[in-house]
Amino acid sequence: MAGDPTASDEPWLDTDAEPMVRIRGVSKNFGDVTAVNNIDLDIHKGELFCLLGGSGCGKTTLLRMLAGFETPTSGTILIDGVDMSTVPPYERPTNMMFQSYALFPHMTVEKNIAFGLKQDKLPRSEIEHKVHEILKLVELQDYKKRKPQQLSGGQRQRVALARALVKEPKLLLLDEPLGALDKKLREQTQFELANIQEQVGITFVVVTHDQEEAMTLSSRIAVMDAGKLAQIGTPTEIYEFPESRFVADFIGSANILEGTVTEDSPDHVRVDTNLGEIYIDHGQSVKQDSRVWIAIRPEKIKLSKTAPRTGRSTANQAEGKVDDIGYLGNTSIYKIRLDDGLIVDVTAPNQVRPKSRSHQITWEDTVYLTWDPSSAMLLKT
Amino acid sequence: MSDTTANTASEPAAGQSGLLRQLARRIQSRWQSIVVFVPYAWLLVFFLLPFFIVAKISLAEIVIASPPFSKMIQWTDEGVMNIRLVFDNFVYILTDDLYYRTYLNSLKISIVSTIVCLLIGYPMAYGIVRSGPVAKKLLLFAVILPFWTSFLLRVYAWMGLLADRGTINNLLISLGVIDEPVRMLYTEFAVYIGIVYTYLPFMILPLYANMERLDNALNEAAADLGSRPMNTFFKVTLPLTVPGIVAGSLLVFIPATGEYVIPDLLGGGNVLMIGRLLFNEFSANTDWPVASAVAIVLLVLLVLPMTIYQYFQGKAAEEQ
Repeated sequence: MAGDPTASDEPWLDTDAEPMVRIRGVSKNFGDVTAVNNIDLDIHKGELFCLLGGSGCGKTTLLRMLAGFETPTSGTILIDGVDMSTVPPYERPTNMMFQSYALFPHMTVEKNIAFGLKQDKLPRSEIEHKVHEILKLVELQDYKKRKPQQLSGGQRQRVALARALVKEPKLLLLDEPLGALDKKLREQTQFELANIQEQVGITFVVVTHDQEEAMTLSSRIAVMDAGKLAQIGTPTEIYEFPESRFVADFIGSANILEGTVTEDSPDHVRVDTNLGEIYIDHGQSVKQDSRVWIAIRPEKIKLSKTAPRTGRSTANQAEGKVDDIGYLGNTSIYKIRLDDGLIVDVTAPNQVRPKSRSHQITWEDTVYLTWDPSSAMLLKT
Repeated sequence: MSDTTANTASEPAAGQSGLLRQLARRIQSRWQSIVVFVPYAWLLVFFLLPFFIVAKISLAEIVIASPPFSKMIQWTDEGVMNIRLVFDNFVYILTDDLYYRTYLNSLKISIVSTIVCLLIGYPMAYGIVRSGPVAKKLLLFAVILPFWTSFLLRVYAWMGLLADRGTINNLLISLGVIDEPVRMLYTEFAVYIGIVYTYLPFMILPLYANMERLDNALNEAAADLGSRPMNTFFKVTLPLTVPGIVAGSLLVFIPATGEYVIPDLLGGGNVLMIGRLLFNEFSANTDWPVASAVAIVLLVLLVLPMTIYQYFQGKAAEEQ
């Protein structure tokens, strides 16, 4: 596999390969509520796939359908080519790491991990060996005789992961795997989790509401909204090329502006917005005079106290006053008020340590905003 | 408490109002102890004291007098205190095989009843926990509903149901299932029916409380790890409901062992249970010392399971 870069790095590009998970037209209703609405999705072998969305978007329901705890109202789910419609959870080639971890409180760490292996009727020596190996992987060798209540949150999280991993499932399902950890531990564990996934080579499907978690972990992300898939793509695609206002706004932050297409040619687009004329240096298939939305990431806007040299065009620039500053340490968020009252968010890295306690740009300063022709993102919905 | 002491010390005790305030403060700081003292006082006056009185009577001799037992402490004419402890009553009830058989029979009936209650109550509690929110409330209500009518009335109702010419026999005869009435009332069977019927809620409620707290994710996790429902029940659910099983079983076993009304009304003279024997000794034989000894032995028999229960509770608390 190492010799075939497409298979290991971007398996979804290989359209001939049988995906590990094939979801076709899957819907799930709870009474009148449609939790999951007609989803088609392929997840490939070796991926670390994230289902990302706010609460109630249907991501957990979709995960539970993969595990077999919920039955789709309609549609089919194939795992490794096998239709899962009539397969109960205990016969599926999947294992799940629960949000609450669901560790058995009456069993030691060791017994918790061995539980799944015992169900497979493996010989005792093999169970012991596997438990030992997985404990080494999650660095919990010294805790194997403890009960879950005697462990810290981070340790429990690792036991839960080990218990699900030790069965070497075709598909590992993780429901908010880092949700219960505090921020520092979460950041550290994100990378650990990605490393472990790389080591074991098992396909991971992670449900999360935390976009940062999704961005650092995933090979691909599916953003969900109200039971539907809003967009599927790599973290970069999702962030830099959002297809809708929802995705642009949900992932990171964005200044979203409504505008009219004034010029549409194969290699550029011009849109007239409240922020002035916006010039995008790549073609987009939009109709002349149609209403569109433009999103510009706050960090893609340059902030300056000196007016930009005006060339042939006045596109991609604006002038405003600093309305508010949010100092985050590494960066600052500036709220810039334009003449017409529009507030634009701009973030700038604090690359220079201020000599005095005051900052270079401060409240009520007149500032000039400029951005690259590639920065603005055109959204159709 | 140390906080309060510090406050009291820093308060300048100036004048009478200062003293009063200090007193109020002191009572306030003692309030915790007072609150804790009340249940202990209750236990002392209404449990420990009567127990010692019964224990004292059990060590006396029967006399024809009022009260009908000999005094423990007597003063001779020379002013010498004379303490008489008679252990004959205990020797008597431990040697006469009537008592021995009655104790055994009581234990047998209460143990079997407890097991039957558990076998019926466990699936019921499980079913209630697993049912929808509305059904759950209705079912729990149904479990508690019998308490709204008098216990005695319900036992009498069973007499009407189980009698030779009772509802059940009449129904079976009219359906042609049987020709002659089946004898049910005044048998051990009727006592079992009565005890299981009466004490079932005491089994269901603690089990329900226990199961309600169990995270359903544990069942899902077991299934996810390849465990079939049966195996999940025995490896996960059952071990985690042991506290409920212990609590429910003791709540049935302890009162069932000393049960008097049910064996008396439903068992008639045919079922030996310690409660009836005790009553006979007290009222029919007016042998208070022997009756007291019977009660003391019963208490010892019941303290044993209580101790086991305490042990389990302590262990569970330790694990938390």
